[in-house]
Amino acid sequence: MDPKAFIIGLSALGAGFTMISAVGIGIGQGMAAAKAVEAVGRQPEAQTDIIKTMLIGQAVTETTGIFAFIIAIVLLFANPLVGLL
Amino acid sequence: MHSIAHLGPRKIFGIGDFFITETVLYFWIIMAIMITFALLATRKLEEKPKGIQLVAEYIVEFVYNFTEGAMGKRNSNFSPYIGTLFIFLILGNSLGLWGLRPVTADVNTTFALAGITFFLVHYNSIKSKGIVGYFKHLSAPYPFMLPINLVGELAFPISLSFRLFGNIAGGMIIMALIFTGLDSVSESLSLSIPFFQFLIPLPANLFFDIFEPILQGFVFTMLTMVFISINNMTHEEH
Repeated sequence: MDPKAFIIGLSALGAGFTMISAVGIGIGQGMAAAKAVEAVGRQPEAQTDIIKTMLIGQAVTETTGIFAFIIAIVLLFANPLVGLL
Repeated sequence: MHSIAHLGPRKIFGIGDFFITETVLYFWIIMAIMITFALLATRKLEEKPKGIQLVAEYIVEFVYNFTEGAMGKRNSNFSPYIGTLFIFLILGNSLGLWGLRPVTADVNTTFALAGITFFLVHYNSIKSKGIVGYFKHLSAPYPFMLPINLVGELAFPISLSFRLFGNIAGGMIIMALIFTGLDSVSESLSLSIPFFQFLIPLPANLFFDIFEPILQGFVFTMLTMVFISINNMTHEEH
């Protein structure tokens, strides 16, 4: 087998596996949104502040997923491993 | 920008290592639009605003309220920068609406913006605390924590830039996938006009080219403001 094809195929698999981390982010952002809904239900007058805080918290939560996504696109579109052959 | 085969920014012109990419060109265009708008809006200032001046005053008032709400009245002199950043990010992120490549889908742009934020944070931290107070703040709570705090400070611009880049580039790739897929569907049905690309991608456009740009612009400016105002506090205010 062509070693290049083998590396590219395994890289595609790895890119897919990397994005499993999206599960954790989904759970985390959902929990943040659930708590924000609870907080708005308790204190409807603080809605804008709660939404602002929730969005910032979710953006920071997202960071791990974004790093995973960047690893995935590097594996797919700018594979550094093929050059090592 | 709707092809999977070429996702990076294309070179427009240039020789060797010096060249102008799509990113730089669109950045200049956005800059020109913003400067022209600012000049036109302030050319004939009147006591009772109307027309373009009214729009500009509304934007300025919104930006000042936004900044003072997040950083306090004391830091309202950051408003011009924050407002420019916010408007630029909204315009630059939503270039996909015109079928162009978003400016912020290039890691060079986002890293430059995060670098500005990083230097702003540390310059103002030194200015408000003094050089001794700055290092005291970095080595809090114990002096041996200094390296860990330094790594944390350096990780901030990296995560800030990659967050913006990842979100916008991800949206761009998904839009390219949708358009390529719909194109191949209409090709397999041997239609001469690609009808499938007409209305079907509209919801995705709404999310990735309107909602996401505003949200990511908000997040980037908000994180910038939060970090500047946290590092701007003196120890008595903590």
